[in-house]
Amino acid sequence: MKSEILLILAVVLATAVEMVEALTIVLAVGVTRGWRATLTGVGVALIALVVVVAALGPAITHLSLTPLRLIVGGLLLLFGMQWIRKAVLRSSGFKALHDEEVIYDSTRGSALEAPRGGSFDGYAFTVAFKGMFLEGLEVVFIVLTFGTSQHRLALSVLAASLTVVAVAAVGVLVHRPLSRMPENTLKFIVGILLTSFGLFWSAEGAGVAWPGNESAIPVLIALIAGTAVLLTAALKRQYGRIVASQDAL
Amino acid sequence: MTYLRRFGHFWYDFVIGDDWVVALGVVVALAVTWFVTHHGRNWYWLLPAVVVILLVVSVRRVSRRSGS
Repeated sequence: MKSEILLILAVVLATAVEMVEALTIVLAVGVTRGWRATLTGVGVALIALVVVVAALGPAITHLSLTPLRLIVGGLLLLFGMQWIRKAVLRSSGFKALHDEEVIYDSTRGSALEAPRGGSFDGYAFTVAFKGMFLEGLEVVFIVLTFGTSQHRLALSVLAASLTVVAVAAVGVLVHRPLSRMPENTLKFIVGILLTSFGLFWSAEGAGVAWPGNESAIPVLIALIAGTAVLLTAALKRQYGRIVASQDAL
Repeated sequence: MTYLRRFGHFWYDFVIGDDWVVALGVVVALAVTWFVTHHGRNWYWLLPAVVVILLVVSVRRVSRRSGS
C-alpha cells in the first residue's frame, strides 16, 4: 500500500511538471497563431501517446518480472539521476532555473515571426504537436516503467490521465503559463522517487535480495534525498564563493 | 541521414542525458551486481553506493568547470 502511494505520487508529480512545460508551449502558440491548428496538434500528439502506451504497455507486461525489473529499473534509475542532477545544479545556481514566463515569451516571439500561409497553420500544428508529444513521452516512460514494475499499469495510467486533465483545466482557467508552480522542487522530489525505485527494481532484477524486502524503499529514498540535499548545500556554498570572488575582481 | 542522426540524438539525450559517465557507471555497477549475486553473494549495498558516488562526481564536475 505504501509503495502504491509513492507510485501515484511519483506519476502525478512527474506528469504535472511535464504537462506544465507542454502547456506553456501550447498556450504561447495558441494565443499567437490561433487555436484550430494548435489544438489539432495537441489532439494528434495525445492520440500518438495513447497509441504508444497501448502498444508498449501489454507487450512489456508479458515480459517476465526479473529481466523487466533489471532493464526498466535501470532506465528509471538513469532517468531519475538526470532529474536529480539538473535539480541540484539549478537549486545551487550552476544552471538557470526553468522559467515558464521566459519560455512562453520566446515561444510567442518565434510564433509571431514564423510565416503564415494556407488555410491550415502548419507551424502552430507542428510546434504544439512536438511540445505535447516530447513532454508527454517522458510521462509515458514513467507511467509504463512504474506501472509495469509494480504491476499497477492501470492505476499508473489513471493517475497520469487525471493529472493531464487537471493541468489542462487550470491552463484553460488562468490562460497564462503556470510559472508559480515550484517546478524545481517538484523535479527534485520526482528525481528522488525515480532514482530510489529504479535502484530497488534494477538491483532486484540483477538478483539482489533486499534486507526487509519493500521496507528497503524508504531507506533508499532517505539515502538519495540526503545525498541530494547535502550536495545542493555544498554546491550553493561553492557558487556563493565563485560569485563573491568575481565581484571582488 | 540527418533524420536518423536526430532520432539517435533524441534517444541518447532521453536515456543517457548530459553525462555519459553516469550511464556507464550504472551499467557497470548493475553488471557487477548481477555477476556477484549469481556467484552466491548478496551485494545489495553496491548499487546505492555507486549511485551516490556518481551523483557527487557528476555535479562536482559541472561545478568545477563553471568555477574555473
